[in-house]
Amino acid sequence: MYFFRPDQISYKMILKHRNIFSSFWGARIFIVVSILISSLLLTSFSADTDEPSSDKLGVQVPPPPFSEDIFPCSDCHDEEQPTNPNRRELEEEHEDLVLKHDEENRWCLDCHSPIDRDSLRLANGTHIGFEVSYKLCGQCHGPKLRDWKAGVHGKRTGSWNGAKQYLLCAHCHNPHQPAFKPITPLPAPFRPSEIRLNK
Amino acid sequence: MTDKHTPKTTTKACSRRSFLKTAGKALPAVPLLSMQTEAGFLERFFQKNFKELSTREKDQIVKRLEQEYEKEYGKKFTVGAEPALKGVQFAYALDLSRCIGCRKCVYGCVTENNLSIDPQIHWIRVLEMDEEEGVNLHNATPYYNHKKVPAEGKAYMPVQCQHCRNAPCTKVCPVQATWLDDDGIVVIDYDWCIGCRYCIAACPYGARHFNWAKPKPKREGINTNTHYLGNRPRMKGVVEKCTFCVQRTRKGKYPACVEACPVGARKFGNLLDPESEVSYILKHKRVFILKEELNTQPKFYYFYG
Ligand code: HEC
Ligand code: HEC
Ligand code: HEC
Ligand code: HEC
Repeated sequence: MYFFRPDQISYKMILKHRNIFSSFWGARIFIVVSILISSLLLTSFSADTDEPSSDKLGVQVPPPPFSEDIFPCSDCHDEEQPTNPNRRELEEEHEDLVLKHDEENRWCLDCHSPIDRDSLRLANGTHIGFEVSYKLCGQCHGPKLRDWKAGVHGKRTGSWNGAKQYLLCAHCHNPHQPAFKPITPLPAPFRPSEIRLNK
Repeated sequence: MTDKHTPKTTTKACSRRSFLKTAGKALPAVPLLSMQTEAGFLERFFQKNFKELSTREKDQIVKRLEQEYEKEYGKKFTVGAEPALKGVQFAYALDLSRCIGCRKCVYGCVTENNLSIDPQIHWIRVLEMDEEEGVNLHNATPYYNHKKVPAEGKAYMPVQCQHCRNAPCTKVCPVQATWLDDDGIVVIDYDWCIGCRYCIAACPYGARHFNWAKPKPKREGINTNTHYLGNRPRMKGVVEKCTFCVQRTRKGKYPACVEACPVGARKFGNLLDPESEVSYILKHKRVFILKEELNTQPKFYYFYG
């Protein structure tokens, strides 16, 4: 018999696994975890709420994937190199940088700060560091950011029950051309007819 | 498989089997045993199923294996025998909307698990199918060969052992050499396997592989960090398959395929932990399982992220 489509089945499974948490121990764990979380929130509110959320997640994020010698940007972007807010083809520098990311509606200074080039700038004017660039992306890709924080979009390495390493969006997506580039696959397996037994 | 691939029965299984036959007919068996010169033969012959071994017996076996492997590969091995973790149900989730078919997982697995290069064994097969048709296994092939992936209009689906809760392979094993361990990993005691291959016939996912010849893993860079039920060097005539990298996961690490995946499509964790990635996925995503109509109840979920 075949009553369910896969998507319905999945719902069934979700319910099933929910039951785990409604059990005696599940309820207890829930209480303990909520107390822990709320105390965490309380302490972090008094501190800097803009703390990289990777700290709260208990994961480490490797440094941003800058090309060599590009950071700090302020090495060049100082008083002698004033910000030019005009949309244009860059010729003196960054000339191979092509924007293919909703480019009709976007320009460099939507993301990079015009007054402090070593920072990114959110839509509300807040400056953030490159090590938390996911906050910038999350402004427009909210659901993806939520999945990323849960470890579902993007990649975690390390320990499934302990310390984890997390990749930034920028490790996989070039912010200027975020579509994932095709890559060369590793060799196909042999067909059974191609496999010879060694002697 | 053609006829010339049909193997002679395995040395080990053969000796056990022919011994029992001969011993039944012609006792005492002592002269027969003394004819065997192979080192450790007696120990191996009388070794119990892994499940029934005491800690002391495990220690002895592990030590013997470590010596054997060191002799063969010229490197120091560790053979772990960690039991199933308490309060853990391992599960896997794979995001089909990310997978690009690059096969990095396949070869990450080969290296981690000391899979045979010749003859070739892969525990993971990445199937390619038409994007338009959705998951349609009838037109799927693992033999695709493109310059770049993902290929236009194609979708990819890696398949490996699904670690079923209701695993047909463990039920057909006549000697209980394969079973579902308490943390949810379907394991094989290679020393207990008699090579009958019933489990291969029973598995609906093609996840089990037989060593028709003596497996030859890469000697350079062989992984010496092993587990008795996992990636220790295997012998001719036994069945093997994905073990969720038992040698890694029982020590808290992610499986090798999770770490090898460049797009982060592979997720692994503890179903009993509500904070784990797999729990999040079951709660928030639509998941499906392969061939659910067979009631194998896999702990390997596919989803679209
Ligand atoms: C969608 C937001 C966004 C837009 C629009 C954008 N950038 Fe960026 N840019 C980033 C982020 C995020 C990084 C950090 C990448 C990293 O972590 O390595 C970055 C990095 C850079 C870098 C350093 C790259 C490297 O090689 O390491 C340069 C240079 C740069 N941007 C210049 C520009 C210029 C010029 C433009 C306009 C043509 C522009 N950006 C438009 C978000 C953006
Ligand atoms: C080697 C010097 C140098 C470095 C390092 C450098 N830039 Fe630039 N950048 C320039 C020059 C020169 C221009 C003007 C190019 C033009 O107008 O053709 C420019 C232009 C830009 C612009 C376009 C807006 C404007 O003010 O003209 C952005 C955005 C930008 N840079 C971002 C960055 C970021 C982000 C970094 C650090 C990750 C960085 N740059 C590092 C030299 C540099
Ligand atoms: C101001 C809003 C905005 C910000 C900030 C932003 N994006 Fe986007 N992004 C868009 C829009 C709009 C699209 C769809 C248009 C397109 O594909 O060009 C898009 C598309 C994408 C895509 C899909 C591209 C494709 O062709 O498949 C990716 C991946 C992506 N963004 C990643 C990022 C990352 C990573 C960041 C942070 C560095 C980021 N975005 C920041 C607006 C934004
Ligand atoms: C481990 C690598 C990786 C990381 C880290 C990562 N992504 Fe992605 N992302 C992908 C892949 C692969 C795709 C599929 C794209 C494709 O097929 O072209 C994707 C797709 C997307 C898309 C397109 C919509 C979709 O569902 O296909 C958006 C938007 C996106 N990512 C945003 C983000 C943002 C925002 C972050 C950080 C919070 C992030 N990604 C981090 C690998 C990554």
